[in-house]
Amino acid sequence: MGGKMKKLLTLVILFTSTIASAGTLVVNSNQSGEPSKSAFDAYVAAFSAAHPEVTVVVNEFEHEAYKTAIRNFLTAEAPDVAVWFAGNRMKFFVDQNLFQDVSDVWADAGLNDSMASTKGSLTVDGKQYGVPWGYYQWGVYYRKDLFDQLGLNVPRDWDEFKWVCAMLKKNGITPITIGTKFLWTAGGWFDYLNLRINGYQFHMDLTAGKVSYEDPRLDAVFDHWRELIDPGYFLEDHASFSWQDAQAPQINGEAAMYLIGNFYVPTFEAAGIGDQMDFFQFPTIYEGVGVAEDAPTDTMHIPSGAKNVEDAKKFLAFMSNKEAATNWAKMGGMLSPNKYADKPTNRFSIMGAKMLAAADDIAQFWDRDANPDMAGAAMEGFQEFMVKPDREDKIRARLEKERARIHGAL
Amino acid sequence: MTFWERNQLKLAPFIFLAPAIFVFLVYVIYPIFDSIWVSFHEWNGMDRSGVRANGKPNWEFVGLKNYITLFTDDDEFYVSLFNNIRWLIFSLLAVPIGLTLALFVNQKILGIRYIKSLFYFPFVINAVVIGVIFTWFYNPKYGILSYVLNFFGLDPIPMLADENLATYGIIIASFFPGVAYTMILYITGLTGVSREMVEAGRIDGASGFTMLWHVILPQLRPATLIAIVVTLVGALRAFDLIAVMTAGGPWGSSEVLAYKMYQEALFNFRMGYGAAIATILFIIMDIYIAWFLYRLFKNERSEK
Repeated sequence: MGGKMKKLLTLVILFTSTIASAGTLVVNSNQSGEPSKSAFDAYVAAFSAAHPEVTVVVNEFEHEAYKTAIRNFLTAEAPDVAVWFAGNRMKFFVDQNLFQDVSDVWADAGLNDSMASTKGSLTVDGKQYGVPWGYYQWGVYYRKDLFDQLGLNVPRDWDEFKWVCAMLKKNGITPITIGTKFLWTAGGWFDYLNLRINGYQFHMDLTAGKVSYEDPRLDAVFDHWRELIDPGYFLEDHASFSWQDAQAPQINGEAAMYLIGNFYVPTFEAAGIGDQMDFFQFPTIYEGVGVAEDAPTDTMHIPSGAKNVEDAKKFLAFMSNKEAATNWAKMGGMLSPNKYADKPTNRFSIMGAKMLAAADDIAQFWDRDANPDMAGAAMEGFQEFMVKPDREDKIRARLEKERARIHGAL
Repeated sequence: MTFWERNQLKLAPFIFLAPAIFVFLVYVIYPIFDSIWVSFHEWNGMDRSGVRANGKPNWEFVGLKNYITLFTDDDEFYVSLFNNIRWLIFSLLAVPIGLTLALFVNQKILGIRYIKSLFYFPFVINAVVIGVIFTWFYNPKYGILSYVLNFFGLDPIPMLADENLATYGIIIASFFPGVAYTMILYITGLTGVSREMVEAGRIDGASGFTMLWHVILPQLRPATLIAIVVTLVGALRAFDLIAVMTAGGPWGSSEVLAYKMYQEALFNFRMGYGAAIATILFIIMDIYIAWFLYRLFKNERSEK
């Protein structure tokens, strides 16, 4: 009895002491599932080795559940560091005064130099509110073996792209696979058509709610999209499929191309078609429009309610450590935003890094640049358009109504 | 006699009830009134006394604005409401199907116990698992349904990707656990059916459907009532299967009020608007429950 009591007491003391001690750093993370989890754990291990005085406590959340949990914990029980996303997703919390200004970390750790390329997506009114740890490219992942069989080349402009689609279709292969059940994949198509036709600034204005959805400049986007929808180049019944379901036709060799992010690579490599796959940049549509790419950036932030701000800043500043930055990004299948990080070794990451380095502008992604409310409604509209293109006018009128409600009249 | 000794019998029940009443007040009654209060505000779910960077407060009284928007300026609200009605009507099919199954397994055959438990099994499975299974079942490319249709030379039906079919596809999935539950209710009901009445019916020449309609079913009335209530409440609460199978899609066509509330409150950060939808759902349920209780009491009184 006495022994048991003693044990319990020590446990209680241990427990309270870890909570109370100044050297404890609480990190809330959405890096669940492999390979993200081991990549994040490696960063924490490297940080702990360099800063033995700090005890890191990681609370791991399931990736999708984290998106709703974060609003509760930021207001109720804020951790010292929270993993999140750049762009409007971050700005939403900055607007609520829930993230701290970390401009001093950027200055002190030399991030203004080493992370210059992603600085814009973490800046609000000239101040930085987080530190990026990884980003990845979007583009067309395609079955090179199918292209070779039919003697097709990588399309560089819109006409070539349509030609490739037509040839694939003629030979009984679905040209483009897509699963729009969870909507964002349709957002990817809209983003690329819009970026290639109207350019980066228009994309930013549209996502900021400064342009009407009935604006004539968007006509061309929907018209070009229709050129792929009407001949049936997209996977049939795509609204039934999640983005994972849509991999199956490509892995089975029934579909040729997939516009998706680089996170797709580990899946098709595991499915044993890594050697048959290749990657190309989304083709040019109008000459003279600056080349912009979607490259969503994943980040870390210090909530306003953080208790251990000092150590939290150390944790963020540790991204200036070349080795730690390289490892986290590489193990997680991402590119490191630190320009001194070692170059990636996976060939898809190499192609992505090269493509993004040459890009004129980097956008986050439709649902990361736009207000969450608007993004949801718009992507629902894109999905509907992909199935019922005749409803274009009705859909755009509906989106404009929604935009006016959220962002106010123009 | 002390105060306690005098009043022990009167007080004891309340003492025993106190913990449950406390929990019920804190976790059920208080949230109901708070939700109604929230529905008169514009709130983004953040600290109620906080202010946004643009100077706008997180929490602002707007009167009936949320309700006015809901009824006059939100097409999706009517889609959801209509879907709720479809759920209410079609989910009731689970009751006759459950009765049929109950009559079927209510026989003395070797191994019927195992068959009974197999039929009951879906009720024990989590709704999310059922949703995933039916999503595979409906998969227009690799699902069993499309194989079966293909066998008969028919084209696959994209059940969950068709705006007119998606809701029915989900309702059919809801039968899987729903029928199991109504079946169990009827099996218990059937054990209580009086043998004398059945024999008396037989002497009077009743058999088959007449026997079922005039002799068995009236005796199963309590089971039928519970089956209908549980099914209807389940239909109004439909959420998990929708979230798993279609996420409200395609383009919001399979949303119901509960799902729309979740979308608005948790994804679009419109807590006040979400609360207004919840309040409407609450009122619909209240009207229905009040009508139901009224019928129940009236019947009981007339039986006496």
